Amino acid sequence: MNNYLSADIVIIGGGPAGLAAAVAAKKNGIDKILILERDRELGGILNQCIHNGFGLHTFKEELTGPEYAARFIEQVLDLDIEYKLNTMVMDISRDKVVTAMNREEGMFEVCAGAVILAMGCRERPRGALNIPGFRPAGIFSAGTAQRLVNMEGYLPGREVVILGSGDIGLIMARRMTLEGAKVKVVAELMPYSGGLKRNIVQCLDDYGIPLKLSHTVVDIKGKERLEGITLAEVDCKGKPIPGTEEFYSCDTLLLSVGLIPENELSAGMGVELNPVTSGPRVNESLETNIEGVFACGNVLHVHDLVDFVSEEAAAAGKNAAAYVRSEKETATTPFVRLTVGTGVRYTVPETICAERMGEHLTVRFRVGGVYKNCYVSVYFDGEMISRRKKAVVAPGEMEEIMLTKKQLMEYPDLREINVRIEEA
Amino acid sequence: MEEKNLICINCPLGCMLTVAMDGKKIVSVAGNTCRRGDTYARKELTNPTRIVTSTVRVLGGSESMVSVKTKEDIPKGKVLECVRALKDVVLPAPVKIGDVILEDAAGTGVSIVATKNVQ
Amino acid sequence: MQEYEVIIIGAGVSGCAAARELSRYHVKVCVLEKEEDVCCGTSKANSGIVHAGYDAPVGSLKAQMNLRGNEMMEKLSEELDIPFVRNGSLVICRSEEDLPKLRKLYDRGIANGVKGLQILGREEVLAKEPNVTEEVYAALYAPTGGIVCPFELNIALAENAYANGAEFRFGTEVQEIRRLEEGYELVTDQGIFRAGFVVNAAGVYADRFHNMVSGRKIEITARRGDYCLLDKSAGNHVKSTVFTLPGKFGKGVLVAPTAHGNLILGPTAIDIEDKEGTNTTREGLDQVLEKVGMNARNLPMRQVITSFAGLRAHEKDDEFIIEELEDAPGFIDCAGIESPGLTSCPAVGKRIAGILRERMELTEKKDFISVRKGILKPVTLPKEERARLIKENPAYGNIICRCEMITEGEIIDAIRRPLGARSLDGVKRRTRAGMGRCQAGFCSPRVMEILAREWDMDIRDVTKSGGASRILAGTNKDIL
Repeated sequence: MNNYLSADIVIIGGGPAGLAAAVAAKKNGIDKILILERDRELGGILNQCIHNGFGLHTFKEELTGPEYAARFIEQVLDLDIEYKLNTMVMDISRDKVVTAMNREEGMFEVCAGAVILAMGCRERPRGALNIPGFRPAGIFSAGTAQRLVNMEGYLPGREVVILGSGDIGLIMARRMTLEGAKVKVVAELMPYSGGLKRNIVQCLDDYGIPLKLSHTVVDIKGKERLEGITLAEVDCKGKPIPGTEEFYSCDTLLLSVGLIPENELSAGMGVELNPVTSGPRVNESLETNIEGVFACGNVLHVHDLVDFVSEEAAAAGKNAAAYVRSEKETATTPFVRLTVGTGVRYTVPETICAERMGEHLTVRFRVGGVYKNCYVSVYFDGEMISRRKKAVVAPGEMEEIMLTKKQLMEYPDLREINVRIEEA
Repeated sequence: MEEKNLICINCPLGCMLTVAMDGKKIVSVAGNTCRRGDTYARKELTNPTRIVTSTVRVLGGSESMVSVKTKEDIPKGKVLECVRALKDVVLPAPVKIGDVILEDAAGTGVSIVATKNVQ
Repeated sequence: MQEYEVIIIGAGVSGCAAARELSRYHVKVCVLEKEEDVCCGTSKANSGIVHAGYDAPVGSLKAQMNLRGNEMMEKLSEELDIPFVRNGSLVICRSEEDLPKLRKLYDRGIANGVKGLQILGREEVLAKEPNVTEEVYAALYAPTGGIVCPFELNIALAENAYANGAEFRFGTEVQEIRRLEEGYELVTDQGIFRAGFVVNAAGVYADRFHNMVSGRKIEITARRGDYCLLDKSAGNHVKSTVFTLPGKFGKGVLVAPTAHGNLILGPTAIDIEDKEGTNTTREGLDQVLEKVGMNARNLPMRQVITSFAGLRAHEKDDEFIIEELEDAPGFIDCAGIESPGLTSCPAVGKRIAGILRERMELTEKKDFISVRKGILKPVTLPKEERARLIKENPAYGNIICRCEMITEGEIIDAIRRPLGARSLDGVKRRTRAGMGRCQAGFCSPRVMEILAREWDMDIRDVTKSGGASRILAGTNKDIL
């Protein structure tokens, strides 16, 4: 192949994470940046998130998805950052050679000084849930339906049942209704909804759409096109309770049953993944186990607020820039391991090298259940360092704690930082 | 006197608010943990409003649809009428964020504007 | 009224194999298929196993067809450009008291003519397959067992038959068959067909057509098999096809790699009334998930990407019926084709063609095209060739299915070639677009666009699998 390009930083994905990382890297002195985006425009998933609620933290305004994306796209254009659209990355080698493909250039390679993984995530399909029944037309993942409605202008169906009450499912309940469909019910496996209260009110209550918690789809009818589904109540283990079945006739089933970080490229190059997040294990610089390969956004762990994605991506961009300028010392001090205690499912990052961290480090985490009136406590080698009172923490709401370099410097032999939820 | 229940949407606490009403007047709000809950309950029960987002067809552009929103919130009861008003709107490209698509949507005095740039 | 010399009912592997074999001769053949495409019945929903042949009763037609089909599969896969791997089969025996049963299988295999059969001890089995169940005591190893892609096999047979002059009519359901003085009249929902000879390869409906012309009735029961498919990351969990000995817990399920690198688990064996009952059930899927532990350990069940069910045509005497009916001359049954139907199809095709060649005194074509080229997959080309291909045809540089890395060029090929795809499932079976881990979540809107463009149709008419299976219901706000 005679197509050799090179760039200081190659960013895989031009969605909110990739855009913010690119802007930060440029602002931190790196010129040769290349964003590789598979869709026909920059903006990633935000392009199809036409609802508002984005940007309250970042811009102190409530914007729609495309408007939020536009703020960053503008910066990318102003800063003259190079990007390629309709370009699919096929492979990244361990020594950071990115192989990509598009119609105009065919297959080409880019030698990267550093790589920022910002591929986002995909939706869990029906098959992964083992929902029995027929396999007719009319079953969509909520995101695919969202793309069809918002980007192409087509209705996937007229009588809708939605499985999954995370924000995507709730948003689509309203979206379908406002385009003329009848949404009959939203079913949720868990005894609580994973979505924002605001969406429960403005997407379901406003339109009289019932929410059935602790319910799931147990059968699908219809050979060619969906004719209906059967909902059943589930027990505390998530198993359907016999005798609680209820049939709903419908021609459309939207599935909003989980997002999975898209790490095929990462795994292919030997990046170590965390089985809890399905995203790369990263250190305080958001760097993976492969030097010079960073990760941010939904590919690292699935986010709820795009503002946090932008913050995280900016950190990754800044750190990648520092790496390229060889400013980060190879660590001489051993790293500190972040561990999870009661109630906490994972942290990002998982290790911290105090020498390499900035003045402040944001550690993000998710809890495994709903806890009310509790403390988020931080322990350094078993000694409690801080605790913050929280009225409520929930799995659907990513949390953060702030660590300072000063704090860590006070504990030179620190081995473990434990984050846990404690009863107030 | 009537009692109405609603969930506050301002933060993850989701306080269950109990509002006592005398006809259309709010007599008292209980169950809120902060001021915002009180404000929300009062507004939601006397003059509930919403921002409406939707999409509109584009002709001759790089994209076939453009996302739009009401510039400000409009009365909740006018949402469907507002969306219906967009049904046959077709915009010629190019479209810029902020372009007014429809003025005075559903007689609310609020404009509908584009939220995406389409070349 | 359309007249042919031979009409074949059913475009599954049996019907298409028969069509291909017949197309070697100077004879006017037409295949009538009620669905919109080939490979829409049992042929698309099975495990893809090419059985070694120790299962079938000694001396049966099943055994004969199995062995011959197995032998023929290599050459056929080369001629038709389809994936086929001889990965070997293992039948796991989990206790000493079951050893006699294992030996019986071995003996039966030998009697049927299976080559290379061995009985392996526990250590040998674990050396071959470290992920086999802890409880393995011994196993029957059949090196001639293999795996094939059932869709590509079926499609390739059909394309080759077509290239050699066989005709196909889709969306054509035979409703009635009347005996004429010479030959048969077939009443379909697309008009009347006449033929001197009819081949009944109608799968679960073979009894329906047989009973229209014969006094000796047969009964075909639809026997459902539920399957689970795991992501390619689990594809090398086992290398061979791993079966268990039928034991006190009934017949087990198999754990096997697929020709494309996935892992397949299943099937169940549940007799059902409804011949269109291809729905999986909770009980069926649970059965599969419970039973696989008997074959292999540490199965990464979180990697399940889809499940499906297929119906086998079970005939009560457990045997293939491939013969001309005594009381209905010119009517050739190809009935009861359950396992090892896929394996046997090359031999079944030859047998049917052989029967007709004798009866009709057919003459062989000198210009039979025995080779069929499959869809060009750029990923198999060396870099320079691939670069040149993309320069000539940029569609090969545009990846549509991200999970399986399928390009627009391949999808266009799948649509434009003879007997080309007309639906999402048609594209899926020919290219694998939509078979990956996201199960068409990403690519389906794009494939729909391509189908609409290529067929010059409204995208709202694009279907999943023909008929009423439209994907879209309308345009935004159309009923507001």
